[in-house]
Amino acid sequence: MTVKTKYKTKPLDCWQWGKELRLEAYRDLTSGHEQGKILVLGCAATPYGMLAGLGDFVFLAGEPYGASVAADPPVSIPAMECYEAKGYARDMCGYMRNFLGTMFLDKYYFTGGPFPKFDFAWSVRHCPAGHPKWHQIVSEYQGIPMYYVDDETMLSSDGSQEARIEYVAGQYLDSIEWMEKVTKRKFDDGKAIEAMRNYFYNEALWGEINLLNGSIPAPIDIKSMFALMPISMLRRHEKVATQFLEALRDELKDRIANQIAAVPNEHYRMCMLTPPPWSFLKVFRYLENFGVVFVGTYVYLINSGEVKFLYDQGKVIPATVPEKRPGWKQMKNREDLCRTVARWRAEHPFQSHLDTRKKEYVIMFKHWKANAYLLLINRGCIPMTTSMYDFQRDLNKQGIPTSMFEGNFADCRDIDETGVLDRLETFLEGQGIHKITD
Amino acid sequence: MITAGIDVGAKTIKVVIVKDNKVVAHAMNPTGFEPLESAEKTMDEAAKQAGIQRKDINKIYATGAGRKNIPFANHNITEVTADAKGTNYLLPSVRTIVDIGAEEARGIASDAAGKVIDFAKNDKCAAGAGAFVESMSRALEVTVPQMIEISHKSTKEAPINATCAVFAESEVVSLIHSKIEKADIANAVHDAIASRVCSMVRRIPIEKDVALVGGVANNSAIVAAMKKHLGVEVVVPEKPEFVGALGAALLAAA
Repeated sequence: MTVKTKYKTKPLDCWQWGKELRLEAYRDLTSGHEQGKILVLGCAATPYGMLAGLGDFVFLAGEPYGASVAADPPVSIPAMECYEAKGYARDMCGYMRNFLGTMFLDKYYFTGGPFPKFDFAWSVRHCPAGHPKWHQIVSEYQGIPMYYVDDETMLSSDGSQEARIEYVAGQYLDSIEWMEKVTKRKFDDGKAIEAMRNYFYNEALWGEINLLNGSIPAPIDIKSMFALMPISMLRRHEKVATQFLEALRDELKDRIANQIAAVPNEHYRMCMLTPPPWSFLKVFRYLENFGVVFVGTYVYLINSGEVKFLYDQGKVIPATVPEKRPGWKQMKNREDLCRTVARWRAEHPFQSHLDTRKKEYVIMFKHWKANAYLLLINRGCIPMTTSMYDFQRDLNKQGIPTSMFEGNFADCRDIDETGVLDRLETFLEGQGIHKITD
Repeated sequence: MITAGIDVGAKTIKVVIVKDNKVVAHAMNPTGFEPLESAEKTMDEAAKQAGIQRKDINKIYATGAGRKNIPFANHNITEVTADAKGTNYLLPSVRTIVDIGAEEARGIASDAAGKVIDFAKNDKCAAGAGAFVESMSRALEVTVPQMIEISHKSTKEAPINATCAVFAESEVVSLIHSKIEKADIANAVHDAIASRVCSMVRRIPIEKDVALVGGVANNSAIVAAMKKHLGVEVVVPEKPEFVGALGAALLAAA
């Protein structure tokens, strides 16, 4: 086979640091109580920096934990079988099934030891399909209190935005009182504000890092981004996350300046809208043999990251933190904090209407200088599959090639790996892309 | 220039030899449990038919599900690319190709040069493929040719709604117990396959002419059902099961 090396490459300097920070976040959960920290469960989109008002804490976003389990079939399959044996449905959220399975088995994935017992669950209801049910099951199983902030209303394009912000801010305020009651701790507004400032800044940093992959060659591949993402997903309220993300951003800028590529044979650039099947990450390495580099996925640009879309110009730029945006107040107390968080959520691309998302997909495609989108019909997540055919039709209408496959992001039993690879090879062949290395 | 295309399918291996852009041999054998042995045998038979030695073949391209396991092939290409090229050679006016093989069905949109514009394939489903016809013929205790023949004599529509081959077989058994005529059940089986395949093919732009290729294209009852579901004329080339191998041979010569 001919090997065409176009660019020089090297591993990321901050790779090991990133891996340690990621593991530390998960391991902290088992020793958190001994260190006097409170353990809280919620969705990844929860503004968990607010919990700093109660003191030191460890927050577990169930989604990245579920994804980690799903990526390891010998652990994932028994976990899902245990979940199913308890009578829960197989068509529910894939992350939830892996999470609950390991909880029922009392095997925490990252240590193999007992599953952590949370102090409470506190979350935004960003996934209507299963997350409230997920946390309700944990709440009942572990006997812990649960509070959900209903911010689904943000997704509506009808009615008054101001009324929606007030409605959600009010719930955050109520939840602070609730947290003080269930933990018997006093909520420190200043500490919560500081942690949320870190949270906003780190989220914008992760967005900026994603945007750097608009360069040719791409300085980082999607698989490496997935490995480092838990830092921005689980620790974005911490200064150490800022230090790491700034170092990563600067390293990527340096790679761009020196034309250091993630994939030395980069010939064809692809991006995704959603997460991949976590047990099938090898697909990215396999496609590198065709000179394909995956430069990003929309969902993690706006979930654990934030960017600003300039719709009229068809552009995307890094986000600024809320307090530096024109017309936004400085946060001085919990009322300011709750209102800022509610408004920030309301205006975040995460809440974009599906029609707006279509525009964002095209903007990102152009920004990433991609050649095609890879789309997943995900049997493990209803919200992330909703409208996928509509999105495909819309992208195709605009001349953007797409390849779509069926699978499950969190259930390895639900994907035909050979069939998917064959489908992708067929798609690439149609695009004039052939295998260049073995 | 002499080239060969070998299509290593789930059920059969097909070889086509092309000399100076003309087809000079076709050969086919069951894939079996020793595909390589079967591939060698089919190549030998095709070479013999063409009146040449295998060493006279300048280039061999493999396609089909087992295309990567043919060590004597110079290169391998996907079935979609091979089908588009082969169909374009036989039926240049065709723009939409439907290939129904033993285990897989696919729809292909191609341009005037036989280049793939778009494609759709079935996912983990045998209810829209040839293996389903064989399994249903066993349930009806008839051969496949008999099943095709009686299907044309059907007078009543019978429903098979399941989208899974296993459940569809249960439905066929239920129809047998409901005293539905064999002809009507046979027709329902063909109709069900055509319905599933057409629903998949509609994911790509359907432009006339439409061709049906692959082994199942020899089944006239399916061809009739495909015409009904797509609402357009469906043409079938000669030796439709060899179209993929032909495309591979032509691409090897390109």
